[in-house]
Amino acid sequence: MPAVKSLEDLRRLREEALEKRKAKTTTSSIQVIVGMGTVGIAAGARETLKAILEYIEINKLTDIIVRQTGNLGMDSWEPIVQVIIGESPVVTYGKVTPDVARRIMKDHIVGGNIVKEYTIES
Amino acid sequence: MRELALHLLDIAENSISARARRIDLGVEEDTRQDILRMYVQDDGIGMDEQMVARVVDPFVTSRTTRKVGLGIPLLKAAAEACNGSLIIASTPGKGTRVDVTFQRSHIDRMPLGDIAATVFSLVIGSPQVNWVFRYRVDSEEFVFDDALIKAELNGMPMTEPGILTFIRQMIYEGVVGVQSIANKV
Repeated sequence: MPAVKSLEDLRRLREEALEKRKAKTTTSSIQVIVGMGTVGIAAGARETLKAILEYIEINKLTDIIVRQTGNLGMDSWEPIVQVIIGESPVVTYGKVTPDVARRIMKDHIVGGNIVKEYTIES
Repeated sequence: MRELALHLLDIAENSISARARRIDLGVEEDTRQDILRMYVQDDGIGMDEQMVARVVDPFVTSRTTRKVGLGIPLLKAAAEACNGSLIIASTPGKGTRVDVTFQRSHIDRMPLGDIAATVFSLVIGSPQVNWVFRYRVDSEEFVFDDALIKAELNGMPMTEPGILTFIRQMIYEGVVGVQSIANKV
């Protein structure tokens, strides 16, 4: 369980995050969803999610919602990642290895360009 | 699945699908009794006896009313191949508990794997659940309960970079701490 000192660290981190979010200029919500059904897990979805969270940590990206979901019904395309930015339609990516996840974060989330090479119909 | 930690992740996903609000995950290793035990307990919608039977062995019945995956049957087979067992106890409306045991030193017992990554994925990816994780090797124990963290964050998402680092380090350090002391025995 966190010691008192650690909770104070967390409080400070929360304040810092609040400041960062206030300073943010764009307001589009960004959601990244990773499929985590049995087939997804067997295909490496945990490592895919890990790579996405690592990218956020390293590049200090704020205000990105990351979620996992169950089986999306496209077993042969696992690991699957869905990206929803603002009011835009859902973009579904298949065979998302950690490397592909990093590309999606860089090109799509940060750069705004869908990585067409890996998109699939959902 | 080549890691027990991935099987644990798979079972926890079932608990999330069962709309659990609190999920307890545990891994216990007893080097003297030579047992490795894992459990997942949830307060989700639960299952009746027939559903439990179908979850454990989907090939017995010809019913196709609900989709059942192979995660549990495969884990059960893996446990039984190591002189172990998989038991599901469930009460509709109350919740479900899955207990898996292995003979720890069995030659076919797959490695535990990256348990910290499993816990981190669940805590961050499904924040609507209160996650309680216990990892014990003999008398060394690490307990992680995300309730205090969430209370402190007061609505701030855990996916903010600094907070992600904090939680990740807390989980990994806790797991490594238990494992490093255990390895000295």
